[in-house]
Amino acid sequence: MKIGVFICHCGENIGRTVDCPRVAKACEWLPGVEVSLDYKYMCSDPGQNMIKDEIKKKKLDAIVVGSCSPHMHEKTFRKAAVDAGINPFLVEIANLREHCSWVHDDIDSATDKAIDLVRMAIEKVKRNQPLTTIEVPVTKRTLVIGGGIAGIQAALDVANAGYEVVLVEKEPSIGGHMSQLSETFPTLDCSQCILTPRMVEVYQHPRIKLMTYSEVEKVEGFIGNFNVTIRKKARHIDEDKCTGCGLCITKCPTKKKAFNSFEENLAYRPAVYVPFPQAVPNIPVIDETVCMYYKNGKCGMCVKVCGREAINFDQKDTMVTEEVGAIIVATGYKLYKIDKKPDDSPIKGYGEYGYGKYKDVVDGLQFERIASASGPTSGEFKRPSDGKEPKKIVFIQCVGSRDESKGFSYCSKICCMYTAKHAMLYKHKVHDGEAYVFYMDIRSGGKMYDEFVRRAIEEDGVKYIRGRVSKISEKDGKYIVKGEDTIAGMPVEIDADMVVLATAMIAQQDASELAQTIGIPYDKYGFYNEAHPKLRPIESTTGGVFLAGACQSPKDIPESVAMASAAAAKALVLFGSDKLEREPVVAYVNESLCAGCFYCKKVCPYGAVEVKELKDRNGVVYKEVAYVNTGLCQGCGTCTATCPSKSVELAGFNNEEIFAQIAAL
Amino acid sequence: MKLGYFPGCSQTGTAKEYDISLRKVVEKLGASFDEIQDWTCCGATSAHVTNHLLANSLSMRNIALAEQQGLDDIVAPCAACYNRLVLSQHEIQTQPELKREVELVLDKKLGKEIKVMNLIELFIKIGLDKISENKKTELKNLKVACYYGCLLVRPAAITHFDDAEQPTSMESIVELTGAKPVDWNYKVECCGAAHTLARRDIVLDLSKKILDDAKEHGANVMVVACPMCHSNLDMRQRAMKREYPDHKDFPVLYLTELLGLALGMDEKELGINKHTVEFKYNELPADKAAV
Repeated sequence: MKIGVFICHCGENIGRTVDCPRVAKACEWLPGVEVSLDYKYMCSDPGQNMIKDEIKKKKLDAIVVGSCSPHMHEKTFRKAAVDAGINPFLVEIANLREHCSWVHDDIDSATDKAIDLVRMAIEKVKRNQPLTTIEVPVTKRTLVIGGGIAGIQAALDVANAGYEVVLVEKEPSIGGHMSQLSETFPTLDCSQCILTPRMVEVYQHPRIKLMTYSEVEKVEGFIGNFNVTIRKKARHIDEDKCTGCGLCITKCPTKKKAFNSFEENLAYRPAVYVPFPQAVPNIPVIDETVCMYYKNGKCGMCVKVCGREAINFDQKDTMVTEEVGAIIVATGYKLYKIDKKPDDSPIKGYGEYGYGKYKDVVDGLQFERIASASGPTSGEFKRPSDGKEPKKIVFIQCVGSRDESKGFSYCSKICCMYTAKHAMLYKHKVHDGEAYVFYMDIRSGGKMYDEFVRRAIEEDGVKYIRGRVSKISEKDGKYIVKGEDTIAGMPVEIDADMVVLATAMIAQQDASELAQTIGIPYDKYGFYNEAHPKLRPIESTTGGVFLAGACQSPKDIPESVAMASAAAAKALVLFGSDKLEREPVVAYVNESLCAGCFYCKKVCPYGAVEVKELKDRNGVVYKEVAYVNTGLCQGCGTCTATCPSKSVELAGFNNEEIFAQIAAL
Repeated sequence: MKLGYFPGCSQTGTAKEYDISLRKVVEKLGASFDEIQDWTCCGATSAHVTNHLLANSLSMRNIALAEQQGLDDIVAPCAACYNRLVLSQHEIQTQPELKREVELVLDKKLGKEIKVMNLIELFIKIGLDKISENKKTELKNLKVACYYGCLLVRPAAITHFDDAEQPTSMESIVELTGAKPVDWNYKVECCGAAHTLARRDIVLDLSKKILDDAKEHGANVMVVACPMCHSNLDMRQRAMKREYPDHKDFPVLYLTELLGLALGMDEKELGINKHTVEFKYNELPADKAAV
């Protein structure tokens, strides 16, 4: 076997700490090595040409490249090898940059280590088998998880490009947080008015299968071939029969049984309800926890009034499976609450703001509902405790955000803007009212954003105070807000009628569980991780799973929409070809050695190991052995490590190759 | 039960009655004190704002003495002493370099960990049921504003004791005496502390706000666990009257004095007659609401 060794200087990246010519020279004399060269940039065109020429000239069988991490340029060098006529899996990379030059400073010992790394790669490549890539088909359907504005946008984009979409939403209606907002910054246009046409479009789209009140239970498979199990929670109302007339809701005797979560607990709802009048689909849900029928088996008023016999108390959750090729995760965020957290919780809650015991200390979304024309106060500013119009409102920014001791260290990004909007909306309706904003900095980067904040200050007379609030206490129906004006260097005290907290945007409560179900990484806050913060911000590290909106990090509407369209584009890129190429690094079983213990089947995280029956010539089964479904196998190697008889091997990384590498050290 | 005792300077001066009532109450509850011999300043007020090493050395000297005396835990009834001792222990544990320096200054190896207790932790250690068992008088005429001040529960990450913003541990002790704790706003606000000498105006303003809020929320007595707070809230009421003529006297008791009353001791025995604002339980108007 003739092997070529090529050592790259990577400019100075490797060359500064590794004596590349010495490495090349040392490898020249190793058994099997036909040629050993070094070059400043092996990945450049001249570098690649050098490899190709040497392969042809010296009739090489395999090559070893000592360069950067295989994550960077393995593809480049494999391509060069293929061009010169050798199998791409007869190329080995010795990582001389990340594993050597970047982490050492002594030239002599770094060079010695580099030589060892190359020697190991040579021993491996000698034993490498030529492999051929596996082709898998692509299911050209997309699953979108989450029906907020990001999910809606992604679903519409994919569907409008001509592909089918399954949109799963856990709430009874799509619309997400955007449907709760009163107006949107920086244009102050009505949130519902711009959102509801999109919701209707989703509902009517022939290629979108909408599944509300449903949750993703299980995800199996891999890029292009996911198999998703969805739990359709029991609505107790037949979706096909219901016309959405709403008679059951108006006649339900449990008028004020449960907090209305759409109104952020500022109002009540009956046991049978739609979250809001423009809900899509306009089909109610019966809440088992408060419905009288489930308590004592009586009532049944809704059954009596429903002309369509749509009420079905016996309905159970059902499981639906869908086959899709791409998944777009758009599960959004929730707002941080200031209530007392358990002692072992890393976040603490705000005792100085009363742990949420003051009724007129509300959060941003509650204020949106109070300001909204469709909200519990019909858009009139009335405070929750006594319904009086507040004449003085204090807004506090960064509650839970940028606060490591009590909440989270990150900036929630949108609060500066929505607080300015809140103060503005209030001033527009209550002309003699006073609005104060406590802030740390104003972060209003974005088109027409800073102008918007200036407008609140200059035209609407909102008073901005730079400083933190140390305490909110109640006195005679007023809220005494004690804080500091750090510009004046003075303590300030404001007797407010109402306080609005811009609390942090945090990950959904079950964000980490869903991430584990799908198999995508998430950060310590529960936000989903992108594959690369700059160059791959839309993709998760799992192939075929894309991210959109605030589930990745706090985002406003335009950013969420942009990200959703980008995620849709990524799914469409995937659907651009009929077959996907996959690396042939999969496990295979030596059937004559396999004893059929099936430990490998137990440990396989992808369910790729199956039972195969071996039959003799009479068709009688004489042995059961393991069989690896190469479509499902991801090449993780867990089975090879587990197998007691060493009869499962990983192509491209078999025991012989690995042991030879170790022995060379 | 024998407990180490670090009185601190206030206990021998302005807060003599705190010392008296504490010793009597503890004795009544069946425990006794072993005072740290040759104790010195804890490093509060002047030392800890001027010289870090001195402040920590002073604290650790007392802890080292306690160790020498074979004590496992010590009670520091003064909130400032408690805070200093606990903070120094924390710093010594987390900063090996500082520990070495302090050991050099003290010419001693700092060994085992000694648990420093504040007043409330002391009663929890003795056992809250002991208070109920030994109770002689039901203090049902009292509506109590429990005042923690700034040091007793802070910094929460180091003291690991009660909530720093909405504490309730003192209330749970006060409830045992039959008195009724009120819900009020200023339990952890600053009274002005050591500014009492240099900036009396600040202290009068802050302390008056605290007293007023307690009154507004229906309290007829305030209970404290810190000699500094007590001197500002009680002793400064005369000056408060000069500054704010409408100010009405408001009695401020140590938690130990309240417990003493419940355990059947009289005001004189407990040293309550040493206060600036007079307090006699039997002369209080009987309160219907609290019955």
